[in-house]
Amino acid sequence: PSRVGPTPHHLYNGQAALAFQSASPGLPRMSERPPLRPGLVPSAPQVTSEKLCRAQQELHFQAATYLCLLRSVREHGALHQEYHGKGERSPEEVAGLVGFRLPQQPGGKG
Amino acid sequence: GWRRLLEVVPPLVTQWHAAVCATKRKRFYQNVSISQGEGGFEINLDHRKLKTPQGKLFTVPSEALAIAVATEWDSQKDTIKFYTMHLTTLCNTALDNPTQRNKMQLIHAAVKFLETDTVCYRVEEPAALAELQRDEWDPVVAWAEKRYNVAIGSSTSILGPNIPASTKETFVSHLASYNMWALQGIEYVITQLKSLILSMGLIDRHITVEKAVLLSRLEEEYQIQRWGSVEWAHDYDLCELRARTAAGTLFVHLCSESSTVKHKLLQD
Repeated sequence: PSRVGPTPHHLYNGQAALAFQSASPGLPRMSERPPLRPGLVPSAPQVTSEKLCRAQQELHFQAATYLCLLRSVREHGALHQEYHGKGERSPEEVAGLVGFRLPQQPGGKG
Repeated sequence: GWRRLLEVVPPLVTQWHAAVCATKRKRFYQNVSISQGEGGFEINLDHRKLKTPQGKLFTVPSEALAIAVATEWDSQKDTIKFYTMHLTTLCNTALDNPTQRNKMQLIHAAVKFLETDTVCYRVEEPAALAELQRDEWDPVVAWAEKRYNVAIGSSTSILGPNIPASTKETFVSHLASYNMWALQGIEYVITQLKSLILSMGLIDRHITVEKAVLLSRLEEEYQIQRWGSVEWAHDYDLCELRARTAAGTLFVHLCSESSTVKHKLLQD
């Protein structure tokens, strides 16, 4: 994985690798950066510009929103399956709902 | 007589059964991919290009949105559950515009919600709920007033708050800066949350989806805490609202961003 920050525009063959990797272990969060010792010149640019900061916040929000979408759809589906979806009814069951029986059964409507 | 009826009814029942289940369809494709066409990004289901309900070619302006839509299609198992595919639905609405509204009509529909905004409509009783509304809703109303430099307030009157014309004009102006696609998304979120203020809170990334949904459902949450609930029913509605709100919010942001800006940042 590249050193570049998370990007929503990388595509990996249709997989949702939208790289919402604000939780990625490879990417140090700003709060985890060690404090700069006085007199020490950093070799890599520090993430201090407001523009980059805001972009990261926006990306984090987007990631959190997408996660909420995926999680909610999954949870809703699970609840639907358990409590609403009794599976597709067979024609026999549906006929039974309205008080009919199918012709295969001799005697018809009881 | 009734024997003849028994020959006729089962096929009718099967037809009715199939019609009722029209919201589902078997997954008929293996591979999902996206490609870039003249009108934008397209979704391919095997070799077929996805179309809207009105038969138009399905194209979206944002690559990230296209991936998210493709993911919805790829996530379907044996049957396609259209009611779970919120981003696809939003794109279809933007493309087909079934209610045939123009930009100004959408904007005015959105701003009109301010007159009945959930967070402005207060109860006087029970006292505990009134207090909860003050504690939870006052801050977000204050945020909107400050952010947009408008007067909104709240009211216990059955007529709701009296929103000054200047406040409405400010929101109309602000919403006019969004493109048609983003506006469809904004109007959708407002309809789901029954609140323009909460929706702007989301669009401006001031509150999360979970928080916005909680605030939208504050009275329900209060009643549930007091009286208990059929837990799964409560969670069911909650998940549904979260899913729709999250989809709408993501849709707005993906339709509003400019990819050029993102690329420049990547080079740092």
